[in-house]
Amino acid sequence: MFALVDCNNFYASCERVFNPNLQGKPVAILSNNDGCVISMSDEAKKIGLPFGAPIFKWEEFCKQQNISVLSSNYPLYGDMSERVMKILAQFSPDIEVYSVDESFLELKGFDNINLEAYATKIRSRILQWTGIPVCVGIAPTKALSKVANKIARSNIKQSKGICIIDSEEKRVLALKWTKIGKVWGIGRRLKTRLETKGIITAFDFTQLASSLVLKEFSIVEWRLQKDLQGISKILLEDTTSSKKMIATTRSFERTFSNIHDIKERVSTFATSCAEKLRKQNSSCYMLIVMLRSDRHKKDEAQHSVSKTVVFSNPTNSTLTLSSAAVKAVSTIFKSGIKYKRAGVIVTGIVAEDNYQLDLFSTENPKHKPLMQAIDKLNRTFKADKIKLANQDLKRTWKMRQERLSPKYTTNINDVITVK
Amino acid sequence: MTVETPKNLTFFTPEFSKNEGTIFIDTGISAGFPSPADDFRETRISLDDELISNREATFFAKVSGQSMIGAGLDDKDLLVIDRSIEPTNNKIAVCFLDGEFTVKRLRVQGEEVWLQPENPNYPIIKITEDNNFVIWGIVTSVIKKV
Repeated sequence: MFALVDCNNFYASCERVFNPNLQGKPVAILSNNDGCVISMSDEAKKIGLPFGAPIFKWEEFCKQQNISVLSSNYPLYGDMSERVMKILAQFSPDIEVYSVDESFLELKGFDNINLEAYATKIRSRILQWTGIPVCVGIAPTKALSKVANKIARSNIKQSKGICIIDSEEKRVLALKWTKIGKVWGIGRRLKTRLETKGIITAFDFTQLASSLVLKEFSIVEWRLQKDLQGISKILLEDTTSSKKMIATTRSFERTFSNIHDIKERVSTFATSCAEKLRKQNSSCYMLIVMLRSDRHKKDEAQHSVSKTVVFSNPTNSTLTLSSAAVKAVSTIFKSGIKYKRAGVIVTGIVAEDNYQLDLFSTENPKHKPLMQAIDKLNRTFKADKIKLANQDLKRTWKMRQERLSPKYTTNINDVITVK
Repeated sequence: MTVETPKNLTFFTPEFSKNEGTIFIDTGISAGFPSPADDFRETRISLDDELISNREATFFAKVSGQSMIGAGLDDKDLLVIDRSIEPTNNKIAVCFLDGEFTVKRLRVQGEEVWLQPENPNYPIIKITEDNNFVIWGIVTSVIKKV
C-alpha cells in the first residue's frame, strides 16, 4: 500500500502556526515579488479569490473581504516542510518527498496494521509537533493514493482527513467521483483530448483498452492507467540522491529590453545554480539559459528562446557558469523584445569528485579554492557579500516583499514573543 | 514509536541519524608517527544535544515582561519549546490566549484549567469557554544572557 500525505494549504498553514489569529480567517500568500496569489486558506477560496490572481487587481477586494495578504516566506516554509518530512520518515523507511508539502510513503509489510489508526496517528503527530494540518490518502498504488488524498481533502469534516481505498468497490466509487482533469499527471492538454473522447471521470479512463492507451498516448499514460486500475506501475522514486537538475528561473517585476539588464539577471541566476551545485557537492556538464517575453501581452512581439551550453569537463565554478550563461544571452537575445522572464538550468549533474578527468582540462584549478572561500564568506556574512562584477552590486533587485512575516524558525531575532 | 496490532505484535521503526558518517582527518596522513591525540578525539559538547530532545517539534520564543520571574523567566530570555510534550499540571506552557502568546504555569484541576503567573503582581487567569485558548507548546529550557 501507498500513503500520500499532503499538507493542507501549506503556506497559509505555516503562517498560522506562528500567528494563530489567522486561524479560521481568510489568508492569501503572494508569489515572489508580491505578484499574484499562489496559496490561500479554504476561507479565502470560499470568498472567491482565484488562484493566480494578480494582487494589484484584487487589492480592493481583499481589503473589503478582510483577507490577510502576505508575501511568501520561503525560509519559514522550507524549515516547516523539513520538520513535516522528517516526522513522516518515522512512519515508513520508504519515503519519497514529492514536493515541499507532500510525500509518498510506501507501506510494505503493513498487512496486519490497522491503516486507519496509523493514518490517524500520522495526522495527529504532525499537527501536534508542527501545527500543520495534513490529509492522508492510502491505496494500493501511488496514483490511487493521490485520488484517495483528494477525497479525504474534499470534505475533511466527514473524512477526518483520511481516505483509504482498500476494496474494489471503494476504488470504483472513488474513480467515478474523480474528474479526469483532477487525476495526477493529467495536464490541461491531455484533459481536453480525453474529454473529446467522452472520458469524463478517472473511471472512464480505466475502462479504455490498454492497447489503445499505449497506441494513442504514451507509456506514461499506460502506467497511469494501470496504477488507477490498482496494478502498481509507478514506483517510489529515490529522492535521497542529489538533484538531477537545478534551476533558477524568475519572472521580473517589470519587463526588460536592455541586454545588460538581462545579462545581469542571468549571471545572478547562474551564480545561484553554482552555489546550489557546490552545496550538494556536485558539478554539471550542461547549462541552459532561457529567455521569455510576456505571453499575456498578446499585442507585443513575442520571443521565447533557450540556449544550451555543454562543458568539456564538469564544473561548479561560479566564474565558468556565469560567463557561459552571459555568452549564451548574447547569442539568443533579440533587441526590441520586452523580456519578462529568464532562467538558468544546470543539468548533467555528477558528483564533484567522481568524474572522468580530462587531460586537456580547461578550467583553472584555482577556481575551486576560490569558490570555497566565497561560499564561506557569503555564509558567514549572509546577504551575499561577494559577487561577480557583472552582477548588480547595489542590490537593486531585492525581491518585493512588502508583507513578509518574520523568519520565526530560522532567525533568532524573529522568534515569537510571549508575555 | 510503536503501533498496536491485533496480534499483540509491537513494531518499532528505526531512528534515522543524520550523521554523515566518515570523519575527515585534517591532520593529513604522514609516514611518521601519528598524533597521539587523534585517538582521544571526542565530539564537542553540543547545546542542541543538551537542550533539545525532539528537533522536529522544538521551537524558540522570546520572553517579554515580568509575569514569570519567580520561575526564572526574565524579560528577553530565550525559551526552548517542545510541542511534542503532553501538557499536564505544573508544566510551564506557551499558550495562545485571546489573540496573544503568553507563558504561564499550567494548573489543571479536574475539568478546570488555570494559568498561573510566577509574580505576585499578576493575576491568575481562569480559562473559560469564552476564551480563545490553545496550548501551543511546553517550555523545556530557558536560555539567558548574563
